[in-house]
Amino acid sequence: MDTFTPSIERSTRASQIGLVLAVLLLLAAVSAPWWAERSSQRLLTEFLYTVALAQMWNLMCGYGGLLSVGQQGFVGLGGYCLVVLGLQWGIHPFLIVPLAGVLGALVAVPTAALLFRLRGAYFAVGTWVVAEVFRLLVANTASVGGGSGTSITRTVSGIPAWWRESSTLWLALALGAGATFAVYALLRSRHGLALTAVRDSEPAAQSLGVSVTRMKWLVYIASAAGCSMVGALIFITKLRISPEAAFSMDWSAAMFFVVIIGGIGTIEGPLVGTVIFFVLREFLSDYGSWYLIVLGCVAVGFMLWIPRGVWGLMSSRFDLRFFPVQRRVRLAPAPTRGVTAAPVVAAATGDAA
Amino acid sequence: MSEWINTLLQGLLMGGLYALFATGLALSFGVMRMINIAHGDFAILAAYAAIAIVEPLGWNPFLVLFLVVPLMAGFGYVLQRVILNRTLGQDILPPLLVTFGLSIVIQNLLLVQFSADTRSLPAGLLGTASLSLGGDVAVGVLPLITMLVALAVLGGLQWLFSATALGRAFRAASDDSETARLMGINNRHIYGVAMALAMGIVALAGIFLALRANISPADGPLRLLYAFEAVIIGGLGSLWGTLAGGMILGVAQAIGLKADPGWGILAGHLAFLAVLVVRPNGLFPRTRDR
Amino acid sequence: MSLLQTTGVTSFYGDFQALYGIDMCVEEGETVAVIGANGAGKSSLLRTLTGLQKAPLDSIVFEGRPIGGLDAHHIVGLGLALVPEGRRLFPSLSVEENLRIGAYSRRPGPWTLERLYALFPILGERRNSPGTALSGGQQQMVAIGRALMSNPRLLLCDEVSLGLAPVVIKDIYAALPGIKATGTSVLVVEQDVGQAMKVADRVYCLQEGRVSLSGRSGDLTREQISRAYFGI
Repeated sequence: MDTFTPSIERSTRASQIGLVLAVLLLLAAVSAPWWAERSSQRLLTEFLYTVALAQMWNLMCGYGGLLSVGQQGFVGLGGYCLVVLGLQWGIHPFLIVPLAGVLGALVAVPTAALLFRLRGAYFAVGTWVVAEVFRLLVANTASVGGGSGTSITRTVSGIPAWWRESSTLWLALALGAGATFAVYALLRSRHGLALTAVRDSEPAAQSLGVSVTRMKWLVYIASAAGCSMVGALIFITKLRISPEAAFSMDWSAAMFFVVIIGGIGTIEGPLVGTVIFFVLREFLSDYGSWYLIVLGCVAVGFMLWIPRGVWGLMSSRFDLRFFPVQRRVRLAPAPTRGVTAAPVVAAATGDAA
Repeated sequence: MSEWINTLLQGLLMGGLYALFATGLALSFGVMRMINIAHGDFAILAAYAAIAIVEPLGWNPFLVLFLVVPLMAGFGYVLQRVILNRTLGQDILPPLLVTFGLSIVIQNLLLVQFSADTRSLPAGLLGTASLSLGGDVAVGVLPLITMLVALAVLGGLQWLFSATALGRAFRAASDDSETARLMGINNRHIYGVAMALAMGIVALAGIFLALRANISPADGPLRLLYAFEAVIIGGLGSLWGTLAGGMILGVAQAIGLKADPGWGILAGHLAFLAVLVVRPNGLFPRTRDR
Repeated sequence: MSLLQTTGVTSFYGDFQALYGIDMCVEEGETVAVIGANGAGKSSLLRTLTGLQKAPLDSIVFEGRPIGGLDAHHIVGLGLALVPEGRRLFPSLSVEENLRIGAYSRRPGPWTLERLYALFPILGERRNSPGTALSGGQQQMVAIGRALMSNPRLLLCDEVSLGLAPVVIKDIYAALPGIKATGTSVLVVEQDVGQAMKVADRVYCLQEGRVSLSGRSGDLTREQISRAYFGI
């Protein structure tokens, strides 16, 4: 019998091209304040933070198997960090963003303890209740503006406009690209493999020693921290906050729409989905409520007929992976033998089923 | 003192309305193992349908009820068979996300058709009448009627589940849908019937809501949360538990409201979370959760 | 015309093929046994016959009517009932309710609750207990009774002896003549070869999704059966 030495490889042709593309895009984005118009920068910022939110939701749902319709609770929490830490304590707004992440993670701990008593669909609605509780608590607190909200322009008033716009963009880039690469890194690690195992079959994963509970906690807290950071960033751009806007279901709707249409359980999905989301918004922005009706119908249609989303469809058709998380075994014949045989490649998929 | 008794009674009777909202949800949880995120929105849809008939034609809302409820039930059957049955399976995601999408679509269609202004159904004399129970204690007639309707619905469902072939089929399909097929049960049809019932009951709830309060197109989701909380507090699988859950929710909200106008709804949510901490399976659980 | 005739039945679980073309038949009044090791395809065969798994329309003909691939709830109405592997009683229903739901398809025939309680008296005593509170053997009786309530022309039994003590198995198979007396034909799937040979007129042996042996139970030797069973 021939001996073969197995080697594990991760990158594919597509991923190598993708890497080059990613670097180019990142450079373009970083340099945008110098060559792009104000309005384009704002659009780019919005695009980037939407990607961040979508990656967080995808991490929880597509990879962690935890469906949440309450992430807006953490988005709002992050936004109100600006009010408390910025308006009241005078901390620099761009510093508040990471602090919001820490706060989000801290709040996520007791929240998860409560919510993990529910499973599946009940968990989902439970997350919504929690988000509502956050909203009502804030709305009843006069010192942060109560139900009508407050303006937060004062937190950024000391900073020159160009710096403010550029730093916002860079921060959005850090969050959007950061979320994408953080999820990618997580999935490439052994924790990522464990996560995929848990999603595919909890009992099987448990029997192999994976702590299902620990994985779920990790994913929930990471997602909460991410959403809080994005929330703080969002309201730096909006400069006015109110409980209704901060804790709006629209954030969850956007996350869910982007991920489903783009492709759940893939890293490329949220990117593709955000592009489609913004394109649709451009075309339908004049139609008010009809825009949301179309969005809702499209999402329903996708869920019924194209559940793996656009990227899911494309990647299975063309076997594309820009962010390779699978490990492939390549068997090359051992060099000492004179016999040459074609190398056998078997792919072990870590991607969404 | 009588103020507090009145508050308590108000809350308890509110439980009747919440039980109507919750029962439909419990039905679809129980039979199809599905949460319908658009549940509250269907109630509001039914209310607006009633308003759309009552306003131009001036008919008595209680009569329009007999038109709208069966219509909504029929709509529920079609919705289940054409769309929602396709989402059922091992994965919890599809039914949740499809109904979430439906929720958004319904809210915005109502917004387009009726604008964001609040509306209500004219309850006439019944809306303001109250029944005195001695001293300063009194209860509203409409809330009382709502509670009686809720009791009738729950009683009817209890009878349906325990004493009829359809009820047995519901229970069997919920236990083991594959073996149910071997009995000759057409699951697709049974789920349709369950949704028709759920939709009819929630239409009832929506109309009674519009009789006592102003509604607007975006009111659906909050009603879903109330329904969900009532079911969880009461305990999964128990119809009468749902009533208890509704009453507890109602009382919590009434007390919260009395303490501070902004705390009504919050008190309800906090009561739900408290029950979740102390008794995660609810107060009167019956089913084994799958 | 046979009561049940299959021609080239194939069955798949996704990409995995479980049956590779089964030809068999059951005549009116017969008891046929299907034996084979674990994974031979016995349960797949029964699931395909009863519509839980798809097959080409003409590959299964029951009472002259092609039923391959029809909905399971439809097939029960035609007179083909299954006692599923593992009993699969409904936990939310009592013993009596489990039996009554068997009659959901409302086929006319001789089987009633009274007749069943006469056949399996213990069930009458425990009629209001939850279905799953009974012992294994009693649950098996309920499962059989439940299938009988649909007044089938052909009763399919999937491994009724699984997990039961020999004494209990004897009691259950002792009910077979009572069942056959009403004109129901029976097809039993069994891992226990001895038991199958005792009750059956004819035997089919499945091995890796194919019929490896068939014949009258009296005509087959032990050696033939072993070979066919294990595929040696």
